[in-house]
Amino acid sequence: MATEFHNLQELRHSASLANKVFVQRDYSEGTTCRFQTKFPSELESRIERKLFEDTVKTLNNYYAEAEKIGGQSYLEGCLACSTAYLIFLCMETRYEKVLKKIAKYIQEQNEKIFAPRGLLITDPLERGMRVIEISIYEDRGSSGSSSGSSSVSGSTAR
Amino acid sequence: MSAVMITRKVRKWEKLPGKNTFCCDGRVMMARQKGVFYLTLFLIVGTCALFFAFECPYLAVHLSPAIPVFAAVLFLFVIAMLLRTSFSDPGVLLRARPEEATFIEMEIEAANGNVPAGQRPPPRIRNVQINNQIVKLKYCYTCKIFRPPRASHCSICDNCVDRFDHHCPWVGNCVGKRNYRYFYMFTLSLSLLTIYIFTFDIVHVVMRSVDNGFLNTLKETPGTVLEVLVCFFTLWSVVGLTGFHTYLISLNQTTNEDIKGSWSGKNRVQNPYSHKNILKNCFEVLCGPTYPSVLDRRGMMQEDSSISSATAVSAVSAAPAAPAAPAVSAAPAVSASPSSSSSNPVSQTTKITAPLILNMHTPDDAKPSIAASAEKRTSPKEETPKVLPEADAEASVAKDKAH
Repeated sequence: MATEFHNLQELRHSASLANKVFVQRDYSEGTTCRFQTKFPSELESRIERKLFEDTVKTLNNYYAEAEKIGGQSYLEGCLACSTAYLIFLCMETRYEKVLKKIAKYIQEQNEKIFAPRGLLITDPLERGMRVIEISIYEDRGSSGSSSGSSSVSGSTAR
Repeated sequence: MSAVMITRKVRKWEKLPGKNTFCCDGRVMMARQKGVFYLTLFLIVGTCALFFAFECPYLAVHLSPAIPVFAAVLFLFVIAMLLRTSFSDPGVLLRARPEEATFIEMEIEAANGNVPAGQRPPPRIRNVQINNQIVKLKYCYTCKIFRPPRASHCSICDNCVDRFDHHCPWVGNCVGKRNYRYFYMFTLSLSLLTIYIFTFDIVHVVMRSVDNGFLNTLKETPGTVLEVLVCFFTLWSVVGLTGFHTYLISLNQTTNEDIKGSWSGKNRVQNPYSHKNILKNCFEVLCGPTYPSVLDRRGMMQEDSSISSATAVSAVSAAPAAPAAPAVSAAPAVSASPSSSSSNPVSQTTKITAPLILNMHTPDDAKPSIAASAEKRTSPKEETPKVLPEADAEASVAKDKAH
């Protein structure tokens, strides 16, 4: 590993953002929310392939659970319709409950797996459910490493 | 003159790009032109008020008191659906932040390879395979993203909307993934309400005419004439519209796809989203999960603004006093325009943390609601929900002028 951090706090204080990788959506099964499990090349040296793929697969499973169309979603829909959808003012929908679970899961993964490797996952909800943004951090002390900050500085130059 | 950086907390909706208007501190989201929506509201409320005033007393006594009760329930349901459709986020997609936009640009350039000088670069299209069909994803120059399948850019609201159906001026909002079922329930319940009022108007006139004579009846209840007129014209358009959308739902298609003929025609791709089963399609559209809004309109964010030291002192005292003041009305695209906050004009707003994307005119289609293409439809039912071509042209002219 190029850099070792012990927790998120240390990451934020002693590291600087070097690069960002974006994992795109996988539309092969329609418009349901799924992310590609293809391993980005920029993360080759930072994290094991299996850990990354497991994280993305778990996220995909969560989203599939949220978007499942079955008995429960049908009941929720009918009940809501019969109350002119006013029930959503007091009740949390199933999707929202799953999103909370996802946020917690991402937080856990960041603390346990990604931060110690100098990486940080952003919740896809904050990016419009379009990408999983993975930020790559470099230790401020170390001199320029392989993943250059070209994309970050490139965006400011635009 | 030194510049002072002032950080202020604002709600995210104040910094959202696009041409939406927000009310109730971000809880309500609508399109800019709301005139027709007020007309819709007026027609529904007005006609029902006349019905309750003129017909209901007579019918409650002579037929059944359940009639006005049911009418009231139906009326409340219609209003609830209308407000839900108009005020909710239709499924607007967040624009790409600078890093993501750059990442996508790099991918595009890598995919295109070296384009010889003088030649136009190939169109930005990504092919994806959905259920064994090839679907093309187009690049949106305004939002700097590859639009997900079924998404489209609404030129009136200047947003990419997921599962874009159409922009409905009667409802004052786009109809997309998140509010399609409310829109459908609105048209369905409005059809029922219209038929109900129309039927009982006729019943009432007949019943009263038997006792008093036709002309006397009209003199006693002048509201009836108005109601019958409104209901008659509404009936044709709204009932037809409901039928059209029922047809679309059974095929799992959007109005946008239907107009463009995406899935019709011989050499075209078949609809990859349809389950080939009417019930399953209806299920998915009407009883599917309620998707969350990705906009987070009421979330807080930091806004940095720099002001010259001359006005720094007074601005510092003004700024904390209005933490959520929707002061910065300057569109993110036009960076040179001064933004005004309370009494002290800020000379220049810099470095807004919201996605600050230069608003480029979308060169390709991106105008799905153009009613011109609706000409090819022969049935009269389409006329109501489509945007008038003039309104759309105005919007694009206004946008061109802004550049």
